[in-house]
Amino acid sequence: MESVLITRNTFKASKGRLQNPGDFLFKNLTRFFAALILVLVVLMAYEMMRTSALSWNKFGFNFFIRSVWDPVQDEYGALPFIYGTLVSSLLSLIIAVPLSLGIAVFLTEVAPRWLERPVSFFVEMLAGIPSIVYGVWGFFVMVPWLRSTVEPFISKYLGFIPLFRGAPYGVGMLAAGIILSIMILPIIASISRDVLKAVPRSQTEASLALGSTRWQATRIALAYSRSGIFGAVVLGLGRAIGETMAVTMVIGNRPTISASLFEPGYTMASVLANEFTEATSEMYISALVEIALTLFIITIIINSFARLLIWSVTSNERAQKA
Amino acid sequence: MRDYPGTRQTFIEMDTIPENGKGIPVDHNKIVAEKVSAFFGKVQAIRDIQINIPENSIVAIIGPSGCGKSTFLRSINRMHELIHGTRVTGKILLDGEDVYSLDPVLIRKKIGMVFQKPNPFPTMSIFDNVAAGLRMGGTHDRKNIAEVVERSLQQAALWSEVKDSLSKSGVGLSGGQQQRLCIARALAVNPEVLLMDEPASALDPIATAKIEELLFELKKRYTIVIVTHNMQQAARVSDYTAFFYMGELIEYDITKKIFTAPSIKQTEDYVTGRFG
Repeated sequence: MESVLITRNTFKASKGRLQNPGDFLFKNLTRFFAALILVLVVLMAYEMMRTSALSWNKFGFNFFIRSVWDPVQDEYGALPFIYGTLVSSLLSLIIAVPLSLGIAVFLTEVAPRWLERPVSFFVEMLAGIPSIVYGVWGFFVMVPWLRSTVEPFISKYLGFIPLFRGAPYGVGMLAAGIILSIMILPIIASISRDVLKAVPRSQTEASLALGSTRWQATRIALAYSRSGIFGAVVLGLGRAIGETMAVTMVIGNRPTISASLFEPGYTMASVLANEFTEATSEMYISALVEIALTLFIITIIINSFARLLIWSVTSNERAQKA
Repeated sequence: MRDYPGTRQTFIEMDTIPENGKGIPVDHNKIVAEKVSAFFGKVQAIRDIQINIPENSIVAIIGPSGCGKSTFLRSINRMHELIHGTRVTGKILLDGEDVYSLDPVLIRKKIGMVFQKPNPFPTMSIFDNVAAGLRMGGTHDRKNIAEVVERSLQQAALWSEVKDSLSKSGVGLSGGQQQRLCIARALAVNPEVLLMDEPASALDPIATAKIEELLFELKKRYTIVIVTHNMQQAARVSDYTAFFYMGELIEYDITKKIFTAPSIKQTEDYVTGRFG
């Protein structure tokens, strides 16, 4: 009883005028550190807006719908990069989402305990491998294999679809999509697993008690956690959009828009990585920074959206446990 | 009354065949538990439970927390085994057939369950909640489903309250309505037995009274086993009462007898509030 009273009084004191100088310092120092992050983000945005003003003033909104990229004539348009980023990211989602969900469901519903831990560990370890390692592997192992085996095979049987037409270069959209899917798989799989684990036992039991099969109970769990899983997917999308190194190494780096997945492409992140050092004219730099700003805004929006979805799920879980 | 062949009749072990309080003679034991023990890993939760549950009656299981009453209930429809590292030994017969030799999916269709906390499926409408069991069982005939949903909601005394909002989410209902929705959901698969694990413990007195009233209606069609830690509730609703203590069945008899003249002192101490 005594101790409760003491803590209460200290708490009140920290809010009122009777303040311990150490506590005052501690509170404001940590507050300052936290504020630093916000300041940093705002400053970055401001700086990019300032530098890209030149390009924005010259091309205006057309910047986003022009497909010319000519440093010699100082004519710039970001459409091929936006297209490349979107297509490679969506392709990676198409490959990674079913695989990740399969892994997550296996880990939560099927796997025995002794298997669950090592598999989870390996999945999470995939996320820790540096991007460049994926790039090197992609360039020296996956791309030759795509060129000699996978792409000829696909174009032989599915070549009538425009998506799979053209020469098998190896490097290109397909390679980028596959590399990205491997890279975003751990994040989608591990968050989906956490979200599925957050499904209350009572839901699974309600379903099983009605005489459902394991699979039907899993579907109930998937429906229950759909917004969290959607959040995981969007977070994976955010990662795919921003991913640079590995993509740069396998996408072919040609600013063209082509229907075929075998053709080389270019992404917003890769063009920044490749051309920043070569940018000589002020307009060139300004155009690149405008691309950077676009990427910055897109990833911020996507990530906050995804976090919101996941938070809403996990805070529900906390509320239910309380 | 249904007529059962003589070979399947197993009588409750008492001096005479009792009447279950409402004038229905007991002629058939729906569930017979023989030496049932359940374990969590190495910990034994219930020990050699021996109990007969007569058809169309309400059997209440009472006892202090941790006495194994819920574990026993969950052993009947094979929910206990879903928890990692658990096992059940002994026999539980449903109409003479051991539930542990049958497909658990089939068993759980025959033995419905209502949980302590209302747990409707939050992504489904009221209608879909009730229809869930049917659909999972492979029934897709719309007309048939609609009929069963209406009938189940009526049986659960919820129809008049929700008939105009069937497409609304089930979680928008009050706690008591949600629990009746869960009862309707369990009834829709047409079970023979209904297990209830403290179904009113999360509800207010008015909602509790409604559930209890409902039990009397349901008894006509179903056999009900209800776990409760509310002794007044057990006394009000049940025909027979089993007293569990420390994982063992201490006494099982007609409810009136358990609450007025129990034959074992432990039971008397518990029902009179001297311990537990």
